[in-house]
Amino acid sequence: MTTETRPVEARPLVTEPHPYIPLTPDDRAAMLATIGVASTDDLFTDIPAAYRNPSINIPDALTELELLDEMRTLAARNRTGSDYACFLGAGAYHHFRPSLIDPLVMRGEFLTSYTPYQPEVSQGTLQTIFEFQSLVCELTGMDVANAGMYDGASALAEACLMACAVTGRRRIAVSERVHPNWLAVVQGYAHGRDIGVDMMPHPAPGATFVLSDEHACLAVAQPDFYGRMSLDAASWGEAAHAAGALFLVAAEPISLGMYRPPSEYGADIVVAEGQSLGVSLSYGGPYVGLFACRNDYIRQMPGRIVGRTADLEGRTGYVLTLQTREQHIRRERATSNICTSQQLIALSASMYLAALGPRGLRRVAELCYEKAHYLADRIDELAGFRVERDEPFFHEFVVRPQKPPSEINRALIERRIIGGLDVSDAIHNRMLLCATELNTRVEIDALVEALAEVSR
Amino acid sequence: MPANPTDRKYSKEHEWLKIDGDSATIGVTDYAQDQLGDVVYVDLPQPGASITQFEKMGEIESVKAVSDLFTPASGEVLEVNEKVVEKPELVNSDPHGEGWLLKVKLTDPAEADKLLSAAEYDAFTAT
Amino acid sequence: MTNLQSSTFNLQQPEPTLDARSHAGRIAVAMPHSDVPGAEAPPAELLRRDLRLPELSQLDVVRHYTRLSQLNWSIDTHMYPLGSCTMKLNPKVNDAIAAMPGFADAHPMQPAADVQGALAVVYGLQRTLAEITGMAETSLAPLAGAQGELAGVLVIKAYLESRGEKRTTILVPDSAHGTNPATASMAGFDVVAVKPQPDGDMDLDALRVALEEHGPTVAALMITLPSTLGLFDRNIVQIAEMVHAHGAQMYGDGANLNAMVGQVKPGDLGFDVMHINLHKTFSQPHGGGGPGAGPIVVKEHLIPFLPSPHVVVDADEDERWKMEDGSGSGRPSSIIHPPSSATYRLHDPERTIGRLGAFHGNFGVLLRAYAYISSLGPDGLRAMSEAAVLNANYVQARLRGAYDLAHDRTCMHEVLFSGRKQKAQGAKTLDIAKRMIDYGYHPPTIYFPLVVEEALMIEPTESETKETLDAFCEAMLQIAAEAETQPELLREAPHNAPLRRLDEATAARKPVLRW
Repeated sequence: MTTETRPVEARPLVTEPHPYIPLTPDDRAAMLATIGVASTDDLFTDIPAAYRNPSINIPDALTELELLDEMRTLAARNRTGSDYACFLGAGAYHHFRPSLIDPLVMRGEFLTSYTPYQPEVSQGTLQTIFEFQSLVCELTGMDVANAGMYDGASALAEACLMACAVTGRRRIAVSERVHPNWLAVVQGYAHGRDIGVDMMPHPAPGATFVLSDEHACLAVAQPDFYGRMSLDAASWGEAAHAAGALFLVAAEPISLGMYRPPSEYGADIVVAEGQSLGVSLSYGGPYVGLFACRNDYIRQMPGRIVGRTADLEGRTGYVLTLQTREQHIRRERATSNICTSQQLIALSASMYLAALGPRGLRRVAELCYEKAHYLADRIDELAGFRVERDEPFFHEFVVRPQKPPSEINRALIERRIIGGLDVSDAIHNRMLLCATELNTRVEIDALVEALAEVSR
Repeated sequence: MPANPTDRKYSKEHEWLKIDGDSATIGVTDYAQDQLGDVVYVDLPQPGASITQFEKMGEIESVKAVSDLFTPASGEVLEVNEKVVEKPELVNSDPHGEGWLLKVKLTDPAEADKLLSAAEYDAFTAT
Repeated sequence: MTNLQSSTFNLQQPEPTLDARSHAGRIAVAMPHSDVPGAEAPPAELLRRDLRLPELSQLDVVRHYTRLSQLNWSIDTHMYPLGSCTMKLNPKVNDAIAAMPGFADAHPMQPAADVQGALAVVYGLQRTLAEITGMAETSLAPLAGAQGELAGVLVIKAYLESRGEKRTTILVPDSAHGTNPATASMAGFDVVAVKPQPDGDMDLDALRVALEEHGPTVAALMITLPSTLGLFDRNIVQIAEMVHAHGAQMYGDGANLNAMVGQVKPGDLGFDVMHINLHKTFSQPHGGGGPGAGPIVVKEHLIPFLPSPHVVVDADEDERWKMEDGSGSGRPSSIIHPPSSATYRLHDPERTIGRLGAFHGNFGVLLRAYAYISSLGPDGLRAMSEAAVLNANYVQARLRGAYDLAHDRTCMHEVLFSGRKQKAQGAKTLDIAKRMIDYGYHPPTIYFPLVVEEALMIEPTESETKETLDAFCEAMLQIAAEAETQPELLREAPHNAPLRRLDEATAARKPVLRW
């Protein structure tokens, strides 16, 4: 660690070759001569001298070998699903990632290219985006999709802003059963544009939301944050449309392997967190937001869009299109300021869907469903626990234990089990448990046994 | 570039106005379409809408630019050129003819006095 | 065709879409049967009737994506001198680190106690970026540069509101990235453009007029340093003083930070908040358009308003001192083995602007930036920016006679030419860009900034060798010669790519956006 303040006039350059900076001393000398200056300092004279060459108080450089060692040590301080049984979901899910994804997605031609502004040398990226848009449309049942958003939460926030642009209204209605972190993101984006947010109480089964003609949209989650699949979604959509509002549905992509798509119950915009589709948990990101809508709203849709066209000789090719919606052209009047499409993550999701196909995706959804229901059934047999079953659920459900969930989770981690999310903040003394295809029967039985021990 | 027809008036926002009794046709000039490049989309007011001289009435987009359309006269929209909505490239190929945008019923034909003649518009775009 | 050097393209057949390759009854990866007793099926009305996804064999999928990848150019395959995008080396070790199971499988909702390694990295990067930029604190929550901008502007808005000030205008130079005005507008501000003077620096008189005209309604000046013209504004300190004198904040767009790291700290120059693109300066691969990350760094007075969550460390005073190696400001030198009392945790700043994403930021991207900075250290970071600036000035010196310079003065990490001379000869900047493909170089940024006619912005970065720069300059000189003698060669380029120029007008007129 270097801590001394360096003198302003002279400072040592890197004395040994560095793998990231190839210029050698003779390269430098020749280049400075071509430029016609004596030293590199002469290239920085526009910076006021008093502020030049500050000290930077960070540790000295590590070689690759040392760096890997340091990072392995840090990684070892995390307890993760790679060697613990994981029953935690709540918006990010531990799923199987087919082996073909990493070597393909990490190909340098995908990994280290920029946004495809030069289509002649970017057809790979452009075609994969076109395919991603198509896959998202198939999955959600919608007409058009964009190339991807930052994550599911920001996709929902952008969808709410888009609903305001479409309807010319400045209030939005959001179900209180949307993921609380997503709600917070929606509120932040809405606050920036001075748009009012009404948190809507969840209607009882058979009832619907009550909206006013001031609302630009009704946004709901299906399954909701607590894993429940409502039978009333179609009537919610009708309520939204009766008020002249758009109906926004936040879906879960694996669930769409077996459940009907939101297009069939009236959705105008569908968003989803794409992480479940073959993307590492990676402590919360990078992920990708799925965003699809009806044809009518395409010109208000935020984000990047790729279209199919032809080259001068009539050969099929792909280009970025409808770019006039975007910030680099429309500037302060743009639909959104978004520039990225989380392309690499969207590509992983496409590869996942291509690898599994309809049969595989349905199987994953069914495995999640069956394992979660097996777990729920076994927990119901335990004294001191009750599974809440007032509505059907997919792969996540709420459990009411006698002991505080935090205490239970502490005991579980000692048994190499990552327990469910403690949602006691929202509902008194409740835990949200999730099971996926990665949870074996042995793991599930071990969890049930551990819960039994803990509650004794 | 073909000469600007003398049978109509021009605005400094590069729209033309061709008066026929108490109604008129509106379009963008050849100069404007050349500046825009390939026109890909036009967003126009609906029939029945009222528009006000020199105020924004819609947008016209090329592949990499978007421009506001300002109306050269006040009135009520009678007809939108659906052929241009369907084939925006007509604005490029025939801006003064088939590429017209709107027919309007004029509120005040005297407003046209505030517009440029073909010769004045030629001079305006030459600078 | 003459004078064609080899391009690395292999002419090949187009790759059909997944859909066109699909054949019912195939699968690339099989999933197991259930090992638990079957459950009662969900109500039939909830179930979907059909799912039309493509069905492919494993070789189909592998070959499809491998072939598509071969249609792309990338840093790994070609020099990619895209101005303002900093297409530098993306070290492979960073990818290896992000893929370590201890990081890749960490769940974002796990209790802090179980993810101390991940939180240590986030904390370490927060301190490091603040130190490098001369600011007080960092938020790593923003998921991209544009979201960092939004967060930065919302932080300013919240700060002003907390002082009871209603300021509604943001000043933006008209050479700015489109995100700046788009962001200001998303945050509910009106945008007023300020013009540069001919030498590329901001016009102080125009700024003075704008500040006086909009007076107490000005919330901030958003400014990119070095500017989007590739120049270091020599009046930056004075600009900051003028802005502050009007009670407004200095917002820095850190897109061009690669020129400044180790040379000067934006915090010292008077910036109050700045966003940083980890995918530019700090080597996160661009991935064909994301993911990136757009951390913001702020001065002391803005800390309470930072996005949520933020990572803090609990340690007693003595040990905290030891962690920071006595310096009091830098990155803790002992993140790896912190004192036993130290624990990292997530924290919501007191008056936070709220959340930007579902979780804690793009952690995989943060890891790569952390690894990159660790690989360079303070001397390496300085050498990095110095080489980036040297390379750009070398390209400027070699091409000065052939192409017009937008501003003939020392540039920073990128050099901005104008293709007006070639345009007069019959080849526009777009044609020059397409011709570069024939020579095996990715085109630079073109037609940006908008304020320069026929702009052509070249950013070589520090990663290229002198040999590569020389070959690149030779190609550019040859293209300039071609523009003089046979401009049609440029107008019809590329000749040597899998596709010729594409019909973007039809794509926009009759959008086909899915199979």
